[in-house]
Amino acid sequence: MHRTRVRIVEDALDANNTIARANRVDFDRHEVTVLNLMSAPGAGKTTLLERALAQPLDGGTRVGVLEGDVQGSLDADRLASLHIPVTQLNTGNGFGGECHLDANMVRSAIDSLPLAEIDLLVIENVGNLVCPAEFRVGEDARAMVCSVTEGEDKPLKYPLMFRACELVLINKIDLLPHLDIDLDKLLNHLDAVNPGVQRILTSAKTGEGVAQLRTWLSELASRRAHQPGVPGGPSNGPTALHPPIF
Amino acid sequence: MHELSLASGVVDTALRHSGGQTVTVVSLRVGHLRQVVPDSLRFCFEIVARDTACEGAELRLTEVDLTLECRDCGHGWSPRGPAFRCPDCGSAAVTVTGGEELQIEYIEVEDKEDACTARG
Repeated sequence: MHRTRVRIVEDALDANNTIARANRVDFDRHEVTVLNLMSAPGAGKTTLLERALAQPLDGGTRVGVLEGDVQGSLDADRLASLHIPVTQLNTGNGFGGECHLDANMVRSAIDSLPLAEIDLLVIENVGNLVCPAEFRVGEDARAMVCSVTEGEDKPLKYPLMFRACELVLINKIDLLPHLDIDLDKLLNHLDAVNPGVQRILTSAKTGEGVAQLRTWLSELASRRAHQPGVPGGPSNGPTALHPPIF
Repeated sequence: MHELSLASGVVDTALRHSGGQTVTVVSLRVGHLRQVVPDSLRFCFEIVARDTACEGAELRLTEVDLTLECRDCGHGWSPRGPAFRCPDCGSAAVTVTGGEELQIEYIEVEDKEDACTARG
């Protein structure tokens, strides 16, 4: 049998990245900034969003949420009471329910997103500390929630996720007096894995840090206004997926 | 589950380049940072490849160590654990020079004529 070797040298997730770029073009056309928000299940993404988006953001930033879940619309229902546009995206049609959102899933939801009516789209990814970090969806920025109940070692165990984000929300800090966790140790581990990454200590229960998160979201949305070519039309094109993977 | 998603990407990419021929080998470079469990990836690859031109193909994995370089002092090193600050000058301006790969290097396909003969 004769075999032929075909040289490829291509990232195995290139197909996903190509679709992510197409998403990005659509978001750019509508001048919508997109945040991919990730965490382990139960870290508090939805509750933090509920607190942060209970009042309109400064600067008149209009927010919409794309809610990714394996099944059901429990989180979307909670956010809908905030009177902001919330779109549910279930991954349950995949291999027993995909554990992350990929670019194609987000693409399938684009037509149902009110892009003309929002400035900032928060994509709440499926709760998982591994897979979501691998898949670009066309976002401008990535942030994650890490709750103190998860222990100090999570940055060391999941460096891919912790390095992929430009903001880490250390959540549930109201519980610190009841836990054995050493917060300094957690922050040191975070610094080892992603030196200098921005972090905000939050409690969705007491509201601590929520004002800072709101400011960060407003500033994220206004970044677009400072980019060359935006506003006033689409950005300079889908030449690169940004931010880069690491 | 992570490996299953990655295996789908690997099979899709291999099929796209196979020109419709039977794929016998897929060579993949996997960086340490991708947190891939080789046996799990092989297992998932086998499942995803079923009923495709990649069915039965050998998955050759080359693991790539994590290597870093400091943009401030130029120091290059290979950290033992996930420590991304320069050990020489303490800078956070560090570039990952290796270890992020999930790269298909090459595939091997059966030549069409042979494949026809084999089937015939």
